[in-house]
Amino acid sequence: MKLESKIPEGPLAEKWTRHKFNVKLVNPANKRKFEVIVVGTGLAGASAAATLAELGYNVKAFCFQDSPRRAHSIAAQGGINAAKNYQNDGDSIYRLFYDTIKGGDYRSREGNVYRLSEVSVNIIDQCVAQGVPFAREYGGLLDNRSFGGAQVSRTFYARGQTGQQLLLGAYQALSRQVSTGKVKLYPRTEMLDLVLIDGEAKGIITRDLITGKIEKHAANAVVLASGGYGNVFYLSTNAMGSNATAAWRAHKKGAFFANPCFTQIHPTCIPVSGDHQSKLTLMSESLRNDGRVWVPKSEEKAKGLSAKEAVDIPEEERDYYLERKYPSFGNLVPRDVASRNAKYVCDEGRGVGKTGLAVFLDFADAIKRDGKETIEAKYGNLFDMYKQITGDNPYEVPMMIYPAVHYTMGGLWVDYNLQTSIPGLYATGESNFSDHGANRLGASALMQGLADGYFVLPYTIGDYLATQPMQKVSDDHPAFDEAINDVKGKIDKLLSIKGKKTVDEFHRELGKIMWDYCGMSRNAEGLKKAKGLIKELRAEFWENVKVFGTNDELNQSLEKANRVADFLELGELMVDDALHREESCGGHFREEYQTEEGEALRNDEDFAYVAAWEYQGENQDEKLNKEELEFENVKLTQRSYK
Amino acid sequence: MSWFVRTFGSTLGRKLLMALTGIFLILFLVVHLAGNLQLLIPDGGKSFNIYAETMGNNTFIQIVSKVNFALILLHIIVAIILTRYNSKARPVSYENFNGNANSTWSSRNMGVLGSVIFIFIAIHLSNFWWVFKYGEVPTTTLENGTAVKNYYAVVNEGFSQLWIVGIYVLSMVFLAFHLAHGFQSAFQTLGLNHKKYTPAIKAVGKWFAILVPIGFAIIPIYMYFNNIS
Amino acid sequence: MNLTLKVWRQKNQNDKGKMETYQVSDISPDMSFLEMMDVLNEQLIKEDIEPVHFDHDCREGICGMCSMHINGRPHGPQQAVTTCQLHMRSFKDGDTITIEPWRAGAFPVVKDLVVDRTSFDRIIQAGGYVSVNTGGVPDANEIPIPKSVADEAFNSATCIGCGACVAACKNASAMLFTSAKIAQLAMLPQGKTEAKTRAEKMVAQMDAEGFGACTNTGACSAECPKEISLENIARMNREYFSAKAKSENTDM
Ligand SMILES: Cc1cc2nc3c(=O)[nH]c(=O)nc-3n(C[C@H](O)[C@H](O)[C@H](O)COP(=O)(O)OP(=O)(O)OC[C@H]3O[C@@H](n4cnc5c(N)ncnc54)[C@H](O)[C@@H]3O)c2cc1C
Ligand code: HEM
Ligand code: SF4
Ligand code: FES
Repeated sequence: MKLESKIPEGPLAEKWTRHKFNVKLVNPANKRKFEVIVVGTGLAGASAAATLAELGYNVKAFCFQDSPRRAHSIAAQGGINAAKNYQNDGDSIYRLFYDTIKGGDYRSREGNVYRLSEVSVNIIDQCVAQGVPFAREYGGLLDNRSFGGAQVSRTFYARGQTGQQLLLGAYQALSRQVSTGKVKLYPRTEMLDLVLIDGEAKGIITRDLITGKIEKHAANAVVLASGGYGNVFYLSTNAMGSNATAAWRAHKKGAFFANPCFTQIHPTCIPVSGDHQSKLTLMSESLRNDGRVWVPKSEEKAKGLSAKEAVDIPEEERDYYLERKYPSFGNLVPRDVASRNAKYVCDEGRGVGKTGLAVFLDFADAIKRDGKETIEAKYGNLFDMYKQITGDNPYEVPMMIYPAVHYTMGGLWVDYNLQTSIPGLYATGESNFSDHGANRLGASALMQGLADGYFVLPYTIGDYLATQPMQKVSDDHPAFDEAINDVKGKIDKLLSIKGKKTVDEFHRELGKIMWDYCGMSRNAEGLKKAKGLIKELRAEFWENVKVFGTNDELNQSLEKANRVADFLELGELMVDDALHREESCGGHFREEYQTEEGEALRNDEDFAYVAAWEYQGENQDEKLNKEELEFENVKLTQRSYK
Repeated sequence: MSWFVRTFGSTLGRKLLMALTGIFLILFLVVHLAGNLQLLIPDGGKSFNIYAETMGNNTFIQIVSKVNFALILLHIIVAIILTRYNSKARPVSYENFNGNANSTWSSRNMGVLGSVIFIFIAIHLSNFWWVFKYGEVPTTTLENGTAVKNYYAVVNEGFSQLWIVGIYVLSMVFLAFHLAHGFQSAFQTLGLNHKKYTPAIKAVGKWFAILVPIGFAIIPIYMYFNNIS
Repeated sequence: MNLTLKVWRQKNQNDKGKMETYQVSDISPDMSFLEMMDVLNEQLIKEDIEPVHFDHDCREGICGMCSMHINGRPHGPQQAVTTCQLHMRSFKDGDTITIEPWRAGAFPVVKDLVVDRTSFDRIIQAGGYVSVNTGGVPDANEIPIPKSVADEAFNSATCIGCGACVAACKNASAMLFTSAKIAQLAMLPQGKTEAKTRAEKMVAQMDAEGFGACTNTGACSAECPKEISLENIARMNREYFSAKAKSENTDM
């Protein structure tokens, strides 16, 4: 199948405007005749659902939490980018576009990324109008900071809780539409399958998480905004419930999955403290603006070194390795570079702490330079959080950090309209393979989620709906009952195995395989091994998993089992993708492909494409489809942060 | 008038009534105490009797006194409504509830404190107000020859009994705790919470809750000991 | 360390429910409270006992989903943290810990420690927003907002909707939650336009949900993981009273 990206013709800066003019419109009176399902109420889902309802569509919004406000977007800390150039430091839509393309290591589409930068400015206006309390300067105007290696200050923030404030803005807009009756909410409801009628997405099957009831919902189009799949790794900074089920089941119904191996490992997370660890906590990247990363120069000094002892290590025995290797970017190198270097020093045996899997992030100099007050004003809540979790006080001793899985650039393949390879099925936010290429810049996920939901999807979905008959889709079609039976069958199977190992045990094992072989750096041998291990683990899962209780009640172990079953399949695809991509780019680092200095070595000749995988059936290897990436405006260069 | 009923039937509306009546009662306490302290003037009750007589004959004061009764009643009725409403909001209670960790005992037991005060008010009224109004009050002659009712004698008689003194003093302890929370709470209810002024309100409230009940309590104690010595 | 847990078990909304006692051992002080609960659940599954259901998601104190009443206090013994941020180093070897769900008529128990907090959503739906549609809004810097006002509004906006305020309040009152949103939006120029009707509608919904009234005990604010201040309630009262006095709306 030829993948049509549907990037509009014309100069880069005019593509979106032209496209908006060219897409078919649904007349206002007819919008109320259409129903749209939105799965997910994070930034991408809530903004889309609210905006679609404002336009007049009838919307059904689903989330698995008890309230839409708890979607995982709530946890984003650092900020949201926008090319406002309020700081007069030379930012522009083009610069944001360029930084994003380059940051993504040239594995994203120019057209999409430019559009993203273009609408970024509207997002800030929209959020401020909703009452989002962004940080301000004394003059009353909005404050910005530089974030994640950007050379300009374009990140808007609300203390360390930007995601929360943005999500509450979107949640409130959504709530307003609920009160008008245009949106019907389905909290504690999980999508377990997609329903196709004549090859087009026309509904979903859900499980009511409280009663266990399996239900069908029909609509004229379906939007997935179900977030990322970082929890394949078991330990990640994602919320415990974040899962791939909605996207994966859509994939199995025919939606292509793009670049699954592109995962982002965030450099500044609190290190693992023991086997009991259930998730990892991110410390905002903004900390690297003032904190200095180091480890001792010698292995002997590093071994078991605690934060309290670190204070006594003299300056000349410390290795500020990022500042040493990347003099111009220093501690602000992109995430993948910072993460990989932390791994290297730990592999060399210079990692600190009990596990040897940690490096220091030190604020002593910043506190000396700016005073404790200034540092507290900037990072107070993060420092408190760190102290709460570790028991160490970062005002007095350095923090310990280590990389952790944070974000998945891969996701459902979508065209310029955000439509997947299934007509009528759209994917937004982290659930699509999106605009971040092989590596996402800090503060750009929030931007993308809201761009998709507020400003892109509401237009582009009209292009599809305008071609549809103006009538309610009936859920009588046999496709619904078939899907219901599939879902029920799968649940019955899970409940009937009654094996010995808990779902968490399987999940933890999968996570370890993924982290060891498909994590920060990968090689062919390891990946091949991982594939075998995952297959074995999956087989064992279906014979030996122990899921407690019945379907007809709130059953958290069944919920988990459903999700882990999908992770066990997705994990294998990630490995396949990582194995096939014989180059290093962004978050995907293949040890075989590196420069002499150990930097990622891209292969633009053979791999400047989007790998879109097509499902072929249970236990079958998937089929690779390629969407070649065309670069008309930027020159592909090797990233250098020296 | 239904918007009116709805407003004062809402949780906030009812609280507004509590606060307004509470503040009125606080003001009343001040006036009442100022009058009563005249019992302590060692003039055989002259000042007190004149004061009581004037009060009794002043129409304005009489109206205020009726209003006062009405507002006490309102305070009590709304208190009962609210307390019942509030206890219904938690149909199943905790096995383990550690209220002391987050709030003062008095703030959680305003109903209990109020009920004791209510009983006290009833006793107080039947002891004095009822007797003043409808009972036998001996008369005494002032220096200028006018005969006035000797209210002082009634009070003096009452406070020569140790158990009555005991009830009064104890009740004032309850009043103190009611005020300790109630004073500042009323301002909060009215929406008067301000970084600059609230600390002052809280301080005044605290001293008010200590001094006013002490003021009231001193009277029976003083008179009791005066009598036995 | 070894602990005795007394946990509320309730099969579903209609079940009466009761406390059950379990033992857990080898708990590390570095574990979070919820990780300790994970250990308990893994142990229960192995023993063929149904695991304890509890709500949680982000496990970093921001989603507001976790909700345990621990030793008589919402979110446990520490100030300004959620259950998921509570660590076992706050407890001692040999301790007995009681764990109950939030208790409020407006938060019915769904199962074990899981309660239904959709009443909070309905309060927001009643008016906790600024009525602007997507698009057509002025430039973000068009209206300067004094930093102090923006900061104050932000403080109110940090509420995570966990319901600890309701759980702590002797009256199961939702005033702190409701007022935080009313106050945030009333302080900002964007929200001022609708401030009065918002206060009227949200308070009416809060009452309709069956939350108690406020006795100003301050328990809510003392237990709030985000330290939302009582000033919000005072502000809500001001907004509400002045709305009631001035608005021409006779059917609220
Ligand atoms: C700790 C952390 C910090 C971050 N900080 C930043 C930052 O500072 N800046 C930045 O730009 N990005 C940041 N990110 C990334 C960013 O937060 C996310 O990528 C983004 O919020 C994803 O939004 P979303 O709407 O796509 O998905 P989510 O917010 O994850 O929402 C997913 C929604 O889908 C629902 N859902 C999922 N599956 C199902 C199903 N099967 N059925 C029904 N509903 C379902 C969920 O209930 C939820 O409502 C951070 C991420 C993390 C983990
Ligand atoms: C001289 C007598 C009294 C004074 C000065 C007084 C004063 C006050 C004040 C100032 C408040 C605080 C109002 C607020 O929080 O907004 C209050 C609350 C209260 N009072 Fe009184 N009061 C008196 C008598 C009583 C009596 C007799 C009762 C009887 C039952 C009572 C019951 C209550 C209750 C239950 C509350 C708390 C209501 C709530 O917020 O839930 N009070 N009082
Ligand atoms: S006010 Fe505080 S306690 Fe109440 S819901 Fe909000 S964050 Fe939780
Ligand atoms: S789990 Fe999200 S706040 Fe505790």
